[in-house]
Amino acid sequence: MSCDDTVDCNRRRLLVATATAGGVAGVAVAVPFVASMLPSERAKAAGAPVEVDISRLAPGEMMTVEWRGKPVWIINRTKEQLESLPKLDPLLADPNSERNMQPPYAKNGTRSIKPEILVTVGICTHLGCSPSEKFKTGAASGIDANWPGGFFCACHGSTFDLAGRVYKSKPAPDNLEIPPHMYLGDAKLVIGEDKKA
Amino acid sequence: MSKVTALLQGTLNWVDARFPLTSNWKAHLAEYYAPKNFNFWYFFGSLAMLVLVIQIVTGILLTMHFKPDASLNASGVPVAFASVEYIMRDVPWGWLIRYMHSTGASAFFVVVYLHMFRGMLYGSYRKPRELIWIFGMLIFLALMAEAFFGYLLPWGQMSFWGAQVIVNMFSAIPLIGSDLSIWLRGDYVVGDATLNRFFAFHVVAVPLVLLGLVAAHIIALHEVGSNNPDGIEIKKKKDANGIPLDGIPFHPYYSVKDIVGVIVFLMVFSIIVFFMPEFGGYFMEYNNFFPADPLVTPPHIAPLWYFTPYYSILRAVTYPLFGIEAKFWGVLAMGAATLIFVLLPWLDRSPVKSIRYRGPLFKGFLTAFIISFLILGYLGMLAPTPARTIVAQICSVIYFAFFLLMPIYSSLDKCQPEPDRVTSK
Repeated sequence: MSCDDTVDCNRRRLLVATATAGGVAGVAVAVPFVASMLPSERAKAAGAPVEVDISRLAPGEMMTVEWRGKPVWIINRTKEQLESLPKLDPLLADPNSERNMQPPYAKNGTRSIKPEILVTVGICTHLGCSPSEKFKTGAASGIDANWPGGFFCACHGSTFDLAGRVYKSKPAPDNLEIPPHMYLGDAKLVIGEDKKA
Repeated sequence: MSKVTALLQGTLNWVDARFPLTSNWKAHLAEYYAPKNFNFWYFFGSLAMLVLVIQIVTGILLTMHFKPDASLNASGVPVAFASVEYIMRDVPWGWLIRYMHSTGASAFFVVVYLHMFRGMLYGSYRKPRELIWIFGMLIFLALMAEAFFGYLLPWGQMSFWGAQVIVNMFSAIPLIGSDLSIWLRGDYVVGDATLNRFFAFHVVAVPLVLLGLVAAHIIALHEVGSNNPDGIEIKKKKDANGIPLDGIPFHPYYSVKDIVGVIVFLMVFSIIVFFMPEFGGYFMEYNNFFPADPLVTPPHIAPLWYFTPYYSILRAVTYPLFGIEAKFWGVLAMGAATLIFVLLPWLDRSPVKSIRYRGPLFKGFLTAFIISFLILGYLGMLAPTPARTIVAQICSVIYFAFFLLMPIYSSLDKCQPEPDRVTSK
């Protein structure tokens, strides 16, 4: 800035300082505005653990409960279904559950605490649709003749096995999420809380 | 002069001394000279304005009865869903107003797609109309946002799961994605907070942006003047008064012509509103007559027809690249497909603007583009199968090739010479 007869440098400096202060205030007010759109305290507090009685869940059956607005599936797998799981490993994207989609106590071959009971969030890891159960094996499932039973997401075609593990080359990148859960006795399951907490 | 005309003239003078009423009337209507050879394709700009007015008026009336509330009422139905049923059954003429609004949404995209196609036919995006085109593309984006936000409001199954899928697309963005989608929803799942903010976006924020952009679109158009089916500048040949020789005043010539378009449009619009408002599931999807259920996704979900070409492109990307999952690249391809139109003014290197004087290369590429756009739109309504995915992938490549190869084929093309003056057939 050159100071001559036409430019009063003191006033120009004051102008720049005022405009800067005004600009900073304008940007600062965006912070509460943007932050107001984050989940509220009430939304954060919601999502209390859910207690479920699974005594009537027969082998081969599945039930759905709501936890934090999401479907949580509880599946009582049969012996044959459990035995089929390790055979599928070569077809799966993350057979050993290396990625952090489950609590440590579910990082095992069946992705569960009790081998037969699978507890998983029924939301596809692709774009959040809820897959449907396709427990029937083979051509009867409507998928293909070699289908070993599992879940199929109709939105974009991702498939999961009976441990919620995603098949290779499907849109969904990860296995289904296993929520924190624990047992209070034989048939009483708590979803959303585990012993650590 | 009679006393009445003197009084009116006096009032007008009083206003003109305080507000540029007469000068604006002249600049935008009575003395806005538009080329005299406008054809069928030139109806859709004014029709888009008509639909905008229909949407605003019916929308205001709907907000008087609609409740953006996802909680369950005494009968276990979400309040928002129940308020839409209340509009349909108990509000006097509520069914008509809602069907006008829902049909208007699809009609908006019909006229806007045809309006954009007109621009591509006659090179209306070329210099000096780049900003008109960019404002127009921003209108298109705002319109897509408006349609998406509005679709959640009835809180049906398709509303809920459509919003779930689209908001989750943002979670595909590396690093910030999952926080961004939580910020957009205002909750960890699509819920009451999401419904309330989508209502705010749909009835306040986006319409304000839309109106501002429409004003900018028209001001820019009236600054440089309209293009025409010959793609030549009428301002190059003016008479002694500086009026283009091939120009005619917008009012009354085109205001009257546009009224013909409005009448035909309203005839078709009314037939749909009164006799087939669901339009076979294309304008209103059957699954949206079930209230939102966060535990069960309908077996087949697809967006409404106007989003399906882009939805197909999203699904067509099935390969991870550079260590980033396919989901992100799909979202990126879909975003690029909607935004790439903005670059048209700079991709087109042809010496002529109008399709009438373009060579076979451009005509071939444009035809291939339109066909692949339609096929993508059709596939987007169907469930994916391996064969359909391959077709969608081929069509997506053609879609992008039309744009990305344009600098090459548009300059190689054998064009015919443009005429000096506009031609009318």
